[in-house]
Amino acid sequence: MASITEPAAAAPAPAGIVRGAAVAAWGRAGPVLTVIGILLVVWVAAAVWLNAPQVIERTLSAQPGWGALDLIRLTLSMDRPVLPAPHQIVLDLADSVFGWPLDSPRNLLYHAAITSSATLLGFVMGSVLGAVLAVLIVHSRTLERSLFPWIIASQTVPVLAIAPIIIVILGSFGLTGVFPKSIISMYLCFFPVAVALVKGLRSPGVMELELMHTYAANANHTFWKLRVPASLPFLFPSLRVGIAAGLVGAIVGELPTGAQAGLGARLLTGSYYGNTVQIWSALVMSALLGLVLTGAVALLERAVTPGGKR
Amino acid sequence: MSTLFPSTVEVQGVSVVYPAKEHTVTALDNVSLNIREGEFISLIGPSGCGKTTLLRVIADLEQVSSGLVRVNGLSSRDARMARAYGYVFQAPALFPWRTVLANVCLPLEIHGIAKAQAQQTALAHLERVGLQGFEGKYPWQLSGGMQQRVSIARALGFEPKLLMMDEPFGALDEITRDRLNEQLLRLWSREKRTVVFVTHSIPEAVFLSSRIVVMSPRPGRIVDVIDSDLPTDRTLDIRDTLQFTEIAHRVRVALQVGHGVDH
Repeated sequence: MASITEPAAAAPAPAGIVRGAAVAAWGRAGPVLTVIGILLVVWVAAAVWLNAPQVIERTLSAQPGWGALDLIRLTLSMDRPVLPAPHQIVLDLADSVFGWPLDSPRNLLYHAAITSSATLLGFVMGSVLGAVLAVLIVHSRTLERSLFPWIIASQTVPVLAIAPIIIVILGSFGLTGVFPKSIISMYLCFFPVAVALVKGLRSPGVMELELMHTYAANANHTFWKLRVPASLPFLFPSLRVGIAAGLVGAIVGELPTGAQAGLGARLLTGSYYGNTVQIWSALVMSALLGLVLTGAVALLERAVTPGGKR
Repeated sequence: MSTLFPSTVEVQGVSVVYPAKEHTVTALDNVSLNIREGEFISLIGPSGCGKTTLLRVIADLEQVSSGLVRVNGLSSRDARMARAYGYVFQAPALFPWRTVLANVCLPLEIHGIAKAQAQQTALAHLERVGLQGFEGKYPWQLSGGMQQRVSIARALGFEPKLLMMDEPFGALDEITRDRLNEQLLRLWSREKRTVVFVTHSIPEAVFLSSRIVVMSPRPGRIVDVIDSDLPTDRTLDIRDTLQFTEIAHRVRVALQVGHGVDH
């Protein structure tokens, strides 16, 4: 330690900068790493706690004189644990992603691709529907009064209840596969977009509207040059909420069909066979997919919004 | 006289009455005013005297209850549709998603002028308010005074003969306000546009105007019109002259009389 600090005293500035950089890096990553560390400790403790009764009943009760280490080792390496340990999920994920070809149903990326295609289609349809509804509502008080109650009511119906109905009805028209799932995804997507856009399109103040009035601007000009750009800061957060909700919709849409593929199908088969590790892997994969999709929307926002930060 | 200086704005017996639950509010009561081409007119008075309402009536932002308004011989609505005036609001009202240049281009775009030509015109207007080199910035990168200058450049967009300004420097500090007053005066004396300027500052009104219209509240009406014969090439120093002080005194007296009638 002394050998490090002595040259530093001779040249204090570089040492200060290096130490400063290290402190800054810790300042950024430190809180995140701390939270992850605490979560892992809690998770492992919970896994031991929850899996212990089974381990004791099935294995350890036959081996008298077992210790705490035996208990921990066995609870963290069960085949079908109540709560799998983090490393089991990581190993299962890695095996699935790297151990099988991309078009194999044993590869989780294959399922993620199927679910995200339904999500993206539903997201596009939901955003368009939300935008159309918002424009109609902003332009007509009558439409606002007649549409808004239905829009709100649509979101109070549990998606788990309505998803099988949609799948069955569309199936009777011969529509199967991605499309019915994306309808359910759209159903969850359009609401945040519609509500945020109504607010955004109405956000210009009296002064901005009067300014357009003094230019003898028509409704078209006011809409495209004032209302639409003013609504973008409201639109993008709602798109991020929308795509995350759309992912939930697509996964829920995969449950009642007994779908062959998709993250929802993986969750379902996992719970059929009591394969908890598979359920958790699919869960982690959906969470990662959600991060990727909302990240993509954030990138789109950055590309479209001029002027950088405001 | 009228052939030499044709009326740009004619206001005849205009009243604006707002219906209210208990008793109606008379914002303007039988106001008449002629504004000739090339004049710099200030409307001054305490708040509630209807000076902004009068400006908004001329700009067709407010409807009259009775009376007649003509701008360039047209009704105020037709004049607005013909883009006869530029209007500067109390706040800059710049669009935050547009650069300075794109903000100044806005009225020209709406007017259907080709982009290249609009940008050229906008750059020229920005230079006239002393903002060359700032065209690529966004409004939030500018100070309040610079933002208001952008909004003046924007109002000059169609080269309007008539410029209407509603307390444009009210929110700025006094030093910035003095500098902008000088700039505005130079712009006016160089180009001889007609300017109608609403303010509640006596020094500002006296420094800028060729005629000062003093108004009083409840109901809003004109109590005095004071001619100013200060030289056109005046600078801020003129505020220390006797001539300036005399005119300022007359304005103050007129304001007090207007107030006294009420109480």
